[in-house]
This record gives sequence, structure tokens and C-alpha cells, in this order.
Amino acid sequence: MRRIPLSALIGLAVTGAFFAVALTAQWIAPHPIDEIVSPQIWAPRSPEFPLGTDSIGRDLLSRMIFGCQVTILVATAATVLSFTVGSVLGFLAATAGGWVDQILSRANDLIMAIPSLILALVILSVTPPGIVTLVLVIGLLDATRVFRLARAVAADIAVMDYVEAARLRGEGKAWVIFREILPNALSPLVAELGLRFIFAVLFISTLSFLGLGVQPPLADWGGMVKENAAGLVYGVPAALVPSAAIAVLAISVNLVADWILARTTSLKGGRGV
Amino acid sequence: MRKSVPVLVAQRIALGLVLLLAVSAVIFLGVEALPGDVAQAIMGQSATEQALANFRAEHGLDQPALTRYLNWLWGILHGDLGTALSNGEDIARAVGQRLGNTLFLAFWAAVISVPLAIILGLVAARHAGRWPDRLISAVTLTTISLPEFVLGYVLLYYLGVKWQVFPPIAMVFPGMGLWERLHAVILPVLVLVLVVLAHMMRMTRAAILNVMQSAYIETAELKGLSPMSVIWGHAFPNAIAPVVNVVMLNLAYLVVGVVVVEVVFVYPGMGQYLVDHVTKRDLPVVQAVGLIFAAVYIGLNILADVISILANPRLRHPK
Repeated sequence: MRRIPLSALIGLAVTGAFFAVALTAQWIAPHPIDEIVSPQIWAPRSPEFPLGTDSIGRDLLSRMIFGCQVTILVATAATVLSFTVGSVLGFLAATAGGWVDQILSRANDLIMAIPSLILALVILSVTPPGIVTLVLVIGLLDATRVFRLARAVAADIAVMDYVEAARLRGEGKAWVIFREILPNALSPLVAELGLRFIFAVLFISTLSFLGLGVQPPLADWGGMVKENAAGLVYGVPAALVPSAAIAVLAISVNLVADWILARTTSLKGGRGV
Repeated sequence: MRKSVPVLVAQRIALGLVLLLAVSAVIFLGVEALPGDVAQAIMGQSATEQALANFRAEHGLDQPALTRYLNWLWGILHGDLGTALSNGEDIARAVGQRLGNTLFLAFWAAVISVPLAIILGLVAARHAGRWPDRLISAVTLTTISLPEFVLGYVLLYYLGVKWQVFPPIAMVFPGMGLWERLHAVILPVLVLVLVVLAHMMRMTRAAILNVMQSAYIETAELKGLSPMSVIWGHAFPNAIAPVVNVVMLNLAYLVVGVVVVEVVFVYPGMGQYLVDHVTKRDLPVVQAVGLIFAAVYIGLNILADVISILANPRLRHPK
């Protein structure tokens, strides 16, 4: 195990802190998420309200803490979904080959030919609103990218001698996928995990910002930017607080992902500069 | 087998048209298969069975999905995008006004970002691994990590409100002069430039560095050419095909970025129109505008492929 570079350490620490806040939000938030604590809207910072109050006088710090929980919960669930669906189908396409591969790959190309945000907007205009819908939409749209990676990685592994040996031993498809291919495909997939998580965070934030994501009384960071955006024109920077949180989370996960990516590619001989 | 260039290009375009047709089916028929009822969404939960049935009959929603899809497609091919459910407005007219605004925004963003990205990409590749490269990489890594609206609001707050350098709201109206219009859209254009610049620059850098590892570059270096003339004379001509591809892919990306940026700066374009009507659950508008966005996206991707076929003779001989 080589030494972890400083940038990755900072990334790990900050990401860890965000997850800790998300897990303990119920206990560390000073006020409930929707309690109006001050008659003054967009109150400036004070000892009582460390980040001030929001567009209708709720404590911004408490909302940021609960927002962290919602953002990370949705993004994590979507990432898990996209990985499960994308990699299982990708491995299936690579091992089965033939028409199964053709159908899955062409369907995947078709979905990827439409920009994700546009397709998500079209879908969200008919589906009932809610967290479950959001996780499904983000997770399944993102599964297309995992599928492409998983299929490419598995196609390389599926022609290896040990896979052939397992097939000749008479092992079933499930064995080949989960016991032969999965363990060997894990490292490139894990490297991709961080990038997909960031994508999910940015996606849910963007949808909520557009008013189509998480609905009140729940709130995520993107939605909080939207609520407080009107204040910016009057010089109230409240909307910049959730904006900064999204940026810091995305950058710190990126730092970790970069490091993992560099490590896993150098295991295979490196790609030069 | 050798195929002539026109045949290859025609094949690529035909493939794109087939893809577009399939995409239209996804946008129309795929949405049919989802849970959710348009009539219910527009009329509200309290609507009676009779009112829902009347609404469906009035808008032709009681016919089979395939019939409606074919009618819709036929209409679009004749420039008829249908009418909005929420206010009965003709969609083609509304789109006509807004499409110009959106293209104006995207055009200026492209004009500024493309040359800038290529120059910065060259500089970063020339100094690979040293401080100019590290600086450019760090800045672009940051802007890549930010969603468009965060970048938009940060610039809006500091440049638009605090220091009052540029107008914070991109207000445009018909009959505005070119300069006034340009002044109004400076901030949204700036945000779009920053967003695509990062991607474009990083991919240009990678493309150049990839070429730089070839044997002929080593030869050029060994015969004592200066690093800049190696890049300009030997690396760049061979990197043109990937760079053009990168530029096109990023212009396609602009199509998506524009949706969010228009909402941030309250700019009357296609993106704003789309988002408004998703909120109103006005499916005909969403489908029509969604198809237009997808068509532009696919069109730019086809253009990227065609240019690389023209620029890179190796692609004309598939293995």
C-alpha cells in the first residue's frame, strides 16, 4: 500500500465528514427542518443562527444539515441502483453474446443518444413526484454508463482461460458472472463508483433546483438554492451556502476518485501522463 | 472492403436519422408506458370521471397510443408541433421565438470557448506536468465539479449584484440592438463558456499528449526543433480530428447546460420553456421541446463523426 497523497486525504476527510453529518442529522441539527424560528427573513449570521435564516425565517444551518442527509441519501441510493442494474446487465450482455447482447447494447445506445437531463425532464413530467421516482429515474439513466463500462470490462475477461475452464466444468451463467467475472472486474468498476456518485449528486441538485426534484417539506441542497435565489439580487448570499456545500462535496469526492483511478490504472501498467 | 467517402458519410447520416426516429418513439411511446395520467395531472385530483373522459376525448387522448404517435410524427414533419394542454397555445409559434434566443446564447458561448479551449489545451500540453499545466488542470477540475447553477449564482452574486459589473438578469426583448442584447447576456454566456471550456480543454490536452507519444514526434524533437514548433508543425495537424470531435461533443453538451443557465438568469429561451411546462405537466410541449433538444444533440454528434471521417483517412478503412 503506497502512501495516500495529501489531496486524496483531504478528499476522504471531507467526504467522510459529510456522510457523518448525513447519518446523524436528526441529533445534531439545532432546529427541526420546517420550523420557522425567526420573524426576520434572511436574517444575517448571529450566534443563535450561525448561518442566518432562509427565505421564510427558518434556521439555515438546520436546513443545511437535513439537506445533506436528503442529498446524500438520494445520491447513494441512485448510485447503488445504477451499479447493480448496469453491471449485472453489462456482464450478462458480455457473457451471453449474440442477440441478448445486441438488444441490450442497442437499447443502451438509444437511451444514451438522448441527453440525460432532457430525458429525465420528459419522464418527470408524467410520473408521480416523490423520492422513489427520483432515485429510479437518476439510477436507471445513469445505469447506461455503468452498463457500457461493465460490458467492455467483462468482454475482456470473458475470453480468459479461467472463464473458459469454468464453462467447461459445467458452471451455470450465474456462477460465471458472479464468481469468475465480477471479482476480476471489480477494480475498474470501483474506480468509476466515485464519478457516478458525483454525477448523482449533481443530477439530483439540478433537478431540485429546477423545482422538479425533492418536494417540500423535505429539502435538499439544490432545492434550497432555488428557495433562496431570489435574495441574491437584493444582496443576500443565503443561496450561496447550499451552492458551496454541493461544490465542496463534489470536489472532495472527485479528489478521492482521481486517486483511486490513478491507482487502479497504474496496476495495469499505467497510461503515461 | 474500401468504401468511398460520400458513401461513408451518407451511411452515417442515414444511421443518425434512424436513431432520431427511434428517439422520437422513446419520447412518445416510452412515456406512455410510465405510471401517471396526463388528464389527471392537468385536471387535478378532484376531477370527476366524466370530466377526465371529456378532457381525453377533447385532446384525442382516448385513441390508441400508436395512432397518436403516428399523427404526432406526421404533424412534426409538417412543422406542426401541436398545441399546449395548459393554455391551448400553438407550440411551434412559442418555440419559434425562443429557439432564436437560445441559439444566440449558445452561439456566443461557442465562439468564445472553442478558440480559448484549444489555446489553453496546447499550453497545458506544452508544459505538461509543470505549473502552467497544474494550474489549468486544478481550475478546470473545479469548474467541472460544479453544477451549472452554482457557477451561475456565484457569478451573478459577485459580478452582477455586489460589484455590479454586468446585468444580473438577462432580459432580452424583440427589437433590441445587437450590442444591448450582447450586454444583457454576458453573464449567462460566461457561465456556459466556463462549463464547456473545462471539458474541452482537458480533452484537447489529452488528445495532444496522446499524439505526442508517437515516434515521429520523438524524431522531430531529436532533430532539434523547438517544443512549440513540434506541437504546431507535427502534433497539432494529427490531433485535429480528435480535437474537432471534442469540440462537437462539447457543443452538444452546451445544449443541456443551456437549460439550467436560462433558468438561473430568467432568460426567455427553450430551456426555460421546457422547465416551465414540465412543472405544469404539459406533456405535448415537453415532448416537442425534448425532441428538438435531442435532435440538435444527435445532429451535432453526426457532424462530429462526419468531420472525423473527412479529417482522418484511417477511419475510412475499417479493419
